[in-house]
Amino acid sequence: MTLHATTSQTVGPFFSIGFDRLNRSDLTGAGVTGQRIEIAGRVLDADAQGVPDAVIEIWQANTHGKYAHPDDPQDKPTESAFHGFGRIPTQQNGTFRFATIKPGRVPGPDGKLQAPHIVVSVFARGLMRRLVTRIYFPDDPANSEDYALALVEPSRRHTLIAKRSTSEALLEWNVVLQGPDETVFFDC
Amino acid sequence: MPKHTEDSLPGYRRPAPGTQPNHSHPAYVSSIKRAPSKPLVYLPHTLSEVTGPLFEPSAMDVKACDLTHQGSGEPLGERIIVSGRVLDENGRPVPHTLVELWQANAAGRYLHKIDQHDAPLDPNFTGTGHAVTDANGRYRFVTIRPGAYPWKNHNNAWRPAHIHFSLFGPAFVTRLVTQMYFPGDPLLAFDPIFNCTADENARNRLVSLFDWESTLPEQALGYKFDVILSGREGTPWETK
Repeated sequence: MTLHATTSQTVGPFFSIGFDRLNRSDLTGAGVTGQRIEIAGRVLDADAQGVPDAVIEIWQANTHGKYAHPDDPQDKPTESAFHGFGRIPTQQNGTFRFATIKPGRVPGPDGKLQAPHIVVSVFARGLMRRLVTRIYFPDDPANSEDYALALVEPSRRHTLIAKRSTSEALLEWNVVLQGPDETVFFDC
Repeated sequence: MPKHTEDSLPGYRRPAPGTQPNHSHPAYVSSIKRAPSKPLVYLPHTLSEVTGPLFEPSAMDVKACDLTHQGSGEPLGERIIVSGRVLDENGRPVPHTLVELWQANAAGRYLHKIDQHDAPLDPNFTGTGHAVTDANGRYRFVTIRPGAYPWKNHNNAWRPAHIHFSLFGPAFVTRLVTQMYFPGDPLLAFDPIFNCTADENARNRLVSLFDWESTLPEQALGYKFDVILSGREGTPWETK
């Protein structure tokens, strides 16, 4: 029996009344080990205007490179305090900010480890379907051999890699929905 | 039986052509400056995509599936029961998965600060709830039939009555946000959001069915809405 997945529809402008209950912008806390980082940025439209009615959801492995999920077959430690999910709505000018730990490396389909990354869904009024992208970390030597980054034309890879800021623990990463410097979105 | 190892996980199915909307749909004006203009990069599913957030049923509020008992009194409007199953594309139930719901009240007004529609709020209706599917993938909400409401997309634009659904499923790639509509709504034919999906059958599956089985005598009409999430390729554990 084969069914077709239900068609996606936009979250529209009023999703916060349904989404806010699960908002989570700090994945760290007691019992969570690893390198604490903050990632801040903006969701921008084709005119470089901030998108105030967007929400991003993140999913990531813990510091050991293990997902809190039964389908992760790796023999690596789980941390009961680390769930790996965040939901962060944008603010008035399209800004968002969240705190987490840098994830460890997880296996890729080519038999090699992927570079540390966070997978991201972007929802907003005007988006019929969520957009899927990834956040990688600056200056990580593993980026050069990462399976997913290698699928992206070199001139656009920078849109997936967070930038350093003045503070060691704060990274900047923006979502450009449309335009010359458009973020790479994945078909997955 | 395919091997299920660290570097060869079975991925999930990709949508059949036309069954999901294109990102750009200019009839829906908000998409014009927000939809990506460059082609998406095809990503084979890795461990990061075939895992995803799971929510403990114990962390959910079991009363949140009844939107008619959230205030000190009963909300106005037509009480309805919206129920159905969450299945994957292989027809298997998706058990213990979170279903989030939000909607306008009977007058067509959302309890949201930017909703300026000149229609009354209902002090006994928040329009938001959630549920977790049971072992057979079933969910059930008691709510109020939402009203249609005007929006600024084009001249005399009205959204058909709808309920927003948000589902997670077992993996990052099974995440789905959609809208449920009501049978026979004359506004459906004119709604650019409903019509953003090319495949007519796929579109029409967003329309719930009136359902005697879940209709409660003297209480509420029942509407049935099944939701299908992306399913595994290969289905290695299934024997014919």
